[in-house]
Amino acid sequence: MMSIIKYFKDIYLGVKSLLTGMRVTGHYFTHPKEIITQQYPENRDVLEMFDRFRGEVVLLHDENNEHRCTGCSACEVACPNGTIEILSKWEINEEGKRKKAIDQFVYHLQMCTFCNLCIKSCPTDAIVMGKDFEHAVFDRSELTKILNKPGSKLMPGIK
Amino acid sequence: MEFSIYDFSTLTNSIHEGLSNSFSPTWVMIIEMSLVGLAFLGLFAVLGVTLVYAERKVSAVIQQRMGPMRVGKWGLLQTIADVIKLVLKEPLMNRQADKLLFGIAPFIIIIASFLAVAAVPFAKGLHALDFDIGILYVSAVSSIGVIGILLAGWSSNNKYSLIGAMRSGAQIVSYELSVGLSLLTIVVLSGSLQFSEIIESQANGWWIFKGHIPAFIAFVVFLIAGTAETNRGPFDLAEAESELTAGFHTEYSGIKFAFFFLAEFANMFIICAIGATVFLGGWMPLHIGDLAGFNAIMDFIPPIVWFGMKVTFLIFLMMWFRWTFPRLRIDQLLKLEWKYLLPINLVNILLMAFIGLMGWHF
Repeated sequence: MMSIIKYFKDIYLGVKSLLTGMRVTGHYFTHPKEIITQQYPENRDVLEMFDRFRGEVVLLHDENNEHRCTGCSACEVACPNGTIEILSKWEINEEGKRKKAIDQFVYHLQMCTFCNLCIKSCPTDAIVMGKDFEHAVFDRSELTKILNKPGSKLMPGIK
Repeated sequence: MEFSIYDFSTLTNSIHEGLSNSFSPTWVMIIEMSLVGLAFLGLFAVLGVTLVYAERKVSAVIQQRMGPMRVGKWGLLQTIADVIKLVLKEPLMNRQADKLLFGIAPFIIIIASFLAVAAVPFAKGLHALDFDIGILYVSAVSSIGVIGILLAGWSSNNKYSLIGAMRSGAQIVSYELSVGLSLLTIVVLSGSLQFSEIIESQANGWWIFKGHIPAFIAFVVFLIAGTAETNRGPFDLAEAESELTAGFHTEYSGIKFAFFFLAEFANMFIICAIGATVFLGGWMPLHIGDLAGFNAIMDFIPPIVWFGMKVTFLIFLMMWFRWTFPRLRIDQLLKLEWKYLLPINLVNILLMAFIGLMGWHF
């Protein structure tokens, strides 16, 4: 007797679980707006990458062409494959003191693995990961970038 | 030449008379047969292209993808490009393969599909072969296809092909029973195996409504068994990609592979057409008893559109199954048939016979 009950219970539960699955896929089928595929080259103008996407290292500049990099070389040390080179220079500040500042923030994109260690190690949050990912160029030397803009200065108050 | 979208027999009769006036009866028969053959060739080509496209789009939307979008508007020309690619490819053959059997296996499969589609009633008067044993004929010739599958697996000299073919054999032999019995459940009511008579008997309502619960159970069983019969997912373990590469057609390429592919989709169409004819009234519009006004409105839609809509609905159901359910294991597959579908079917046909005997159906 128990086996007969079990037989019909199996059929009932089996059909029920199949219908549950069909309800889920049926929902997707009737809601084409929920499609998550993005048509890449067409949507270039409106394309927005995700928050945690790592495209390239950027040195942030504000509207006065000032950045927050003190040239401490923490990122250069943190980088596992020598992607970042900090070329520093000595500057005289307002108080007449000699101070270290960056001359060139050299970033070798071709060697970068986007591991995020430089961003984590930066004490002044000067660099972040950018969202741009279209890095293809015809000449390898174009991948070596100088991140500080010409004539940029250290933001006052950053030590 | 007279032509009416509601009744194709005027068109076919005028073609027949026109030919009879200028040729001897033998030539008339040969010409008519070639015309029908050409029509089915065209139908298969259109079916293959549209169904593959539909399958890819349906699966894409169900999985929240977009499917083919690049070739033509919304990817409409994608399957045509695929066909061109398949035709241009080199037909490779395994060195140790059985050359004769390897060569004829795809033809056996496609011939089985052609034989079966001949008995499908498309619309009033648009019916190549109206046998008085139509259902028996269809279930007989559609099982020829399994010979092609077995030969393809055997002659490929590939263990995966052979395993796939053997699985397919076990599967089709088992599920043939359920397909036949679920169709017989309706034959109990209609009292005829002839497709045209089955359709005529549904003039006052489709059997799935008139036959109460047993007809619905038979319909569900037919859908499950029909899906298994066409080797489609979730019963596609004959070509289970993840375990058997491509099953029995692993070693095929080019146009021969296209034949297997075409036959699979053609069989899907045939199963859906038979299901639509027997359970959903074929080309018969939706009639409710003797509500003259409602029936007249429904009659305004041409029969061929009704047939197309029903078949499209059933094909969509099968695609929905395929992209929802996970693949069965071989023991689960045989258990489902022999322990569930077959006993349910036998009890169901008994119940239906009782209902038919007492005259409880409409």
